Amino acid sequence: MNLQVEQVDKDLVHNFKIIGEIDIYTAPKLKERLAQIEQAEGMDVELDLSEVNYMDSTGLGVFVGFYKEITAHNGKLVIKGLNQRLYRLFEITGLSDIMQIEQVEGGEHDASI
Amino acid sequence: MPQEAGEQYKQMLKNFLHSQGEKDLYLGQQFSRSFIDKNIAPEDVISIHKNSIEELIKDLPSDVSVSFDFLIEMMIHYGLALQEHQSLIRKQEAIQMEMDIAVRMQNTLLQTATPEAKGLDIGWISKPAKQMNGDYVYFLNETSNEVCMAVADIIGKGMSAAMHMSMVKFGMDSLRYEKRDPSEVLSFINKMIEQSISDSMFISMFYGKYHADTATFRYSSAGHEPALFYSAAEKKFSLLESKGLLLGVKEEAVYEERGVQLEEDDFIVIMTDGVSETRTEEGFIEMDVIEDLLLDVKTENAQAMVDYLFNELSKMQDYKLRDDFTLVILKKTK
Repeated sequence: MNLQVEQVDKDLVHNFKIIGEIDIYTAPKLKERLAQIEQAEGMDVELDLSEVNYMDSTGLGVFVGFYKEITAHNGKLVIKGLNQRLYRLFEITGLSDIMQIEQVEGGEHDASI
Repeated sequence: MPQEAGEQYKQMLKNFLHSQGEKDLYLGQQFSRSFIDKNIAPEDVISIHKNSIEELIKDLPSDVSVSFDFLIEMMIHYGLALQEHQSLIRKQEAIQMEMDIAVRMQNTLLQTATPEAKGLDIGWISKPAKQMNGDYVYFLNETSNEVCMAVADIIGKGMSAAMHMSMVKFGMDSLRYEKRDPSEVLSFINKMIEQSISDSMFISMFYGKYHADTATFRYSSAGHEPALFYSAAEKKFSLLESKGLLLGVKEEAVYEERGVQLEEDDFIVIMTDGVSETRTEEGFIEMDVIEDLLLDVKTENAQAMVDYLFNELSKMQDYKLRDDFTLVILKKTK
């Protein structure tokens, strides 16, 4: 199992692309990488998950932790490129109401079931 | 101590040199255990052998004698590897001990009796994939007119999972005489948990309350899988969805509450993602697989339905659960 985090852009918004599977084995690596991002007041972070095809609840936990840290600094977290299964996971857990989430382009926008 | 062991070793070696028999060989093998117990390193064993053989054979060629010094050097790293191995075993024992305490604590918490409710048949199962269960089922019932139930999924294992489980139980117990609605119970537990949970932890929880007088089921969800509802009259499944954030993420989260009216032979299926996200060789199963299985046994009692679903779904995974499996079925009877 492999996981990569690439910094795509560095301007006012921090963009990161996550590639691989996020599970109990790779989640600590992701957590560590996200913790390296220097937290600035009012910072916007975008995470692209279009190349994440599997994520379990430990993975979700990493995003919850990251969300808490960013909001503590009055920043904003956007998670984009979600496939339908991941989109549904964010919806069921209610996280879609507190984070801005976007489905992968070309994916169904109405993900209600 | 090694001196004494050395004497014994010499005597045994002497016997063996004399008899060259199986019996003395076997005694030597048995004796090696006492060397291990006394923490005598491999290189020390060779040193003992060298001393013994030099004393037993007076005209031992000096080359042979010196060759043991070479062997002693060779064995030093084996000795170190053995030490490392032993220290790992000790560490593992410590971890296992913590795990045992957590499992015992959990087993105490998990004790919940299937309640008796007028007109409602209840069946349930909760099986951990590994030693420790991250899923939690809890029933409360004061009178046969009212039953409360919770199904929760806690991320993380070990002591922290057991601790969070105890918070869920404590939260429910402390409100049991207050006749609170599901949404209020979840808000209360959320506030309690949010204070004391680490940043990347959370709990998903489905909480329902059945009123026998009106045959209604009121429910709220904290980021949990929606429950399935089967209407016998319409012969159709629908989802019992209710908006609400995972427990432990945001203190002021609010929980929507909804209700459903039950008629005879209707049933409600509450599950965790170990059921709905069953992963087989071909990938995830779809919800209609679960629905079809339920239809196979819809005339059975609730516990028989639960057991059937568990057997069929674990068969699909070659009897190896990848995630904790929890299923509760509530079925309206006459």
